[in-house]
Amino acid sequence: MISELIEKLFFGSDSSNSRDQVKRRLKFVLAHDRADLTPAMMESMRRDILEVVSRYVEIDMDSLNVSLESDQRTTALIANLPILRIKNEPMPLEDLDSLA
Amino acid sequence: MGRIIVITSGKGGVGKTTCTANLGTALARNGRSVALMDADFGLRNLDLLLGLENRVVYTALEVLAGQCRLEQALVRDKRQNDLVLLPAAQNRNKDAVTPEQMKQLAYALTKKYDYVLIDCPAGIEMGFQNAIAAADEAIVVTTPEISAVRDADRVIGLLEANRIKNVKLIINRIRPAMVQSNDMMSVSDVQEILSIPLLGIIPDDERVIVATNRGEPLVLSEVESLSKMALNNIVQRIEGKTVDFLDLNAAHDTLFSRFRRLFKSKS
Repeated sequence: MISELIEKLFFGSDSSNSRDQVKRRLKFVLAHDRADLTPAMMESMRRDILEVVSRYVEIDMDSLNVSLESDQRTTALIANLPILRIKNEPMPLEDLDSLA
Repeated sequence: MGRIIVITSGKGGVGKTTCTANLGTALARNGRSVALMDADFGLRNLDLLLGLENRVVYTALEVLAGQCRLEQALVRDKRQNDLVLLPAAQNRNKDAVTPEQMKQLAYALTKKYDYVLIDCPAGIEMGFQNAIAAADEAIVVTTPEISAVRDADRVIGLLEANRIKNVKLIINRIRPAMVQSNDMMSVSDVQEILSIPLLGIIPDDERVIVATNRGEPLVLSEVESLSKMALNNIVQRIEGKTVDFLDLNAAHDTLFSRFRRLFKSKS
């Protein structure tokens, strides 16, 4: 923490240097290349996941994030779904259509 | 039986052919017999980097067509007696040969040579399939640039899909000063992203251009340089020896950068 602060103070470096940028961009693009999922498939999977989760909890639709990440040549689906409220009982399946 | 190693990258212009010429020459200097196969039909360049362009008479195509014997097509290096080149045809395209035919040529060469190094063309189409068909090992060459690393990753996936298990990485054209100012990915950045074993790191060096102009691989140069050392170290590792990786930062060490690293190592 302190060393980061010193870095910033003395050397003016922050996470926006081009080396960090290129690493971020590469990791993103490789996760998708490796998984070989089309953007349409990703979107449809995202919608299905939200649908199921929404049966149990209410999700903050504005700050959710579903993405692919790759580490050691293994790809993982990472979903960050902030919960606003827990539902008292699961919403029956047939009501799901109204959400979509 | 000799080892068949393909040198590949996906992206063009990252130094595949330069690496092939230098590693082949250095292996031959180490007392090994080496055959270099140019798999870049239609865009051959390996003959130029070795300075052998005037000696090409037959190519792999004539051998396959039965118009000459394999030995007749092999161009012997001017400087290393144990180094030969099997040229690719320049007036044809990548569909002129099949993976089966490439295997046939490579296997024939392994009977007489300790190493068969195959210089793969850029891309992942027919030429790539031909080049990797016979190989049991692969060296992936990349540079610390986003497009080269992305293409290398794709190629690594394809090599694995083609059951080539022994895949190693060379990171070429590193500019230590740029890495230190956080404007270029470091060796560990690239290796962490591609996650395959590292075979070597080669600094960016203008001498490579001069060597190419002369048709004389850098490893033969009288002048000692970091890039020459890096290539010789790679050859030692191919031969199974453990050699430490070069500390490329040393040449660019300033009081300022040392001060900076001091802070980093404490964290």
